[in-house]
Amino acid sequence: MKSSRALLATSLALIVSACNSDPEPLQYGPNPQLPPPHRGVLPNMTIAEPAEWGDQRPVVPQGFEISAIATDLKIPRQSLVLPNGDILVAEGRGGHAPALKPKDVIAGYIKAKGTSPVQGGNRLTLLRDADGDGVYELQTVFASDLDAPYGLALVGNTLYVANQGELVRFDYAEGQTQASAPPVKVTDLPSMINHHWTKALAASADGQFLYVGIGSNSNITERGMTAEVDRAMIWQVDARTGAHKPYATGLRNPTALAIQPGTGELWAVVNERDEIGPNLVPDYLTSVREGGFYGWPYSYWGQNVDTRAQPQDPEKVAAAIVPDYSLGAHVAALGLAFSTAAMGEDFAEGVFVGEHGSWNRADPVGYKVIFVPFRDGRPAGAPVDFVSGFRGSDGKTRGRPVGVTIDPRGALIVADDLSNTVWRVTAPRTENYSESQSSSME
Amino acid sequence: MSVAVETRYSQTIHPLHAVLLAGTVPLFLGAALSDAAYAATYEIQWLNFASWLIVGGLLLSGLALAFAIADLSRPARRTPGVAAYTALLLALWLIGLCNAFMHARDAWASMPTGLTLSIIVTALACVATWLGFNSPRRWGTQ
Repeated sequence: MKSSRALLATSLALIVSACNSDPEPLQYGPNPQLPPPHRGVLPNMTIAEPAEWGDQRPVVPQGFEISAIATDLKIPRQSLVLPNGDILVAEGRGGHAPALKPKDVIAGYIKAKGTSPVQGGNRLTLLRDADGDGVYELQTVFASDLDAPYGLALVGNTLYVANQGELVRFDYAEGQTQASAPPVKVTDLPSMINHHWTKALAASADGQFLYVGIGSNSNITERGMTAEVDRAMIWQVDARTGAHKPYATGLRNPTALAIQPGTGELWAVVNERDEIGPNLVPDYLTSVREGGFYGWPYSYWGQNVDTRAQPQDPEKVAAAIVPDYSLGAHVAALGLAFSTAAMGEDFAEGVFVGEHGSWNRADPVGYKVIFVPFRDGRPAGAPVDFVSGFRGSDGKTRGRPVGVTIDPRGALIVADDLSNTVWRVTAPRTENYSESQSSSME
Repeated sequence: MSVAVETRYSQTIHPLHAVLLAGTVPLFLGAALSDAAYAATYEIQWLNFASWLIVGGLLLSGLALAFAIADLSRPARRTPGVAAYTALLLALWLIGLCNAFMHARDAWASMPTGLTLSIIVTALACVATWLGFNSPRRWGTQ
């Protein structure tokens, strides 16, 4: 599966990076160090302290440029680049999980301080840069009155939107700036409680199937197992009939899905469980095996049993698949996009991952967009910071990345749900820019 | 011939203090029983019940503690038993707080320590209530 050379390269890179910093466990790659579970009297919490961007901007690699192409949005989460270059942005805030314990009341209050106070838009906003100068002069509402829309996918002339409680579709014609009709329901999605409400979406390469990521209804079954029916899994939905089946299970919160170009394989980033230590459990990036079980709630990273889930199920533990690539614990990966040649040589093969940032850690992690390099279609090597500076050296947080999307013209679109901004990171222009553009537009 | 009639009153704890103190017993007992039910069935709702019952017990015992400290600080009401009673109430409250944090853990992470602490706190609440009502009080008005 993975070449031993790639493994060795990863290990070496990790050892080197670990020597430079505090003795943190190796958290990236295929074999993260997993310390024993630990929890103090109170969970470690460092909540983002929001601040305005002012003159500051996120930091991008040498030669790349970043600009805010849309501001004053209402909680932008995921985006979709349409064939004509227009960008759709899903805005909303979902979930209606009641506080069951005193802890829920207190933790809810504390965590809300690290997010935007703006009310979710429940809409899709369309951004257009008609003259191609990088300024998106048109910012208009494409569709409104949605219910916490999140996942977006375009198949031919059909736009699919995953609301927090149903999968809907719109007819779409190129150049359209407003939906021509109200959405049509494809299928209901599990929405009871919706502790993890985001419904990630990807369409198979042939457009026949839609994959919907459905998060668990709890951190680790503290809302009871009956609340977890049809949760913590990825559904495969027949685009034509709306019929569904579980495609893979035991994925605690699959927050972003993407189809790998070429192979057509489904990949996901998954947020793992909290409150058993600063370095447990790693969020991960993985190819998703049909029928596979990935551990939640009984175990993590393969066969590491989580005793908080009772009664246990040893058979499920034994069957749990080890994910492909650890992103580190608590980074809160919420965005996933496969790169293209137009992103420049250094970033041509791999995935971009948007990391919303931690709360359950004294020393915060995440709060950036990383690039995970691939070789031969598999992750190979240590991740590289691609967009950072969301959390400043002053300890204040100015933005929190969510969805990331590739613009085939050579740009990465990053939704930021704290500053309610959409960022566009453009690759350095090279001589073969137009060539790579046309090839990636195929 | 002359008889000095001395009026003496049994000065018990303040009625509100009494209600708060006695109320801790059913609350902490309820939490312990709920914990036992969760431990036996894995039915998560019992743990939710226990969590709130503990908060109720902490609120009442905290207020009772305030009364006890007030009694302790007034020489007219200070008796040998009051100091021990107050200390016990303080210990009860601190262990109860630990128990509340233990119950803030998700699912089975609060077990079995949560159940053990609930039983200890219930026992302490019973003893504290006994001492609170039974401690010798100063007789008379002076």
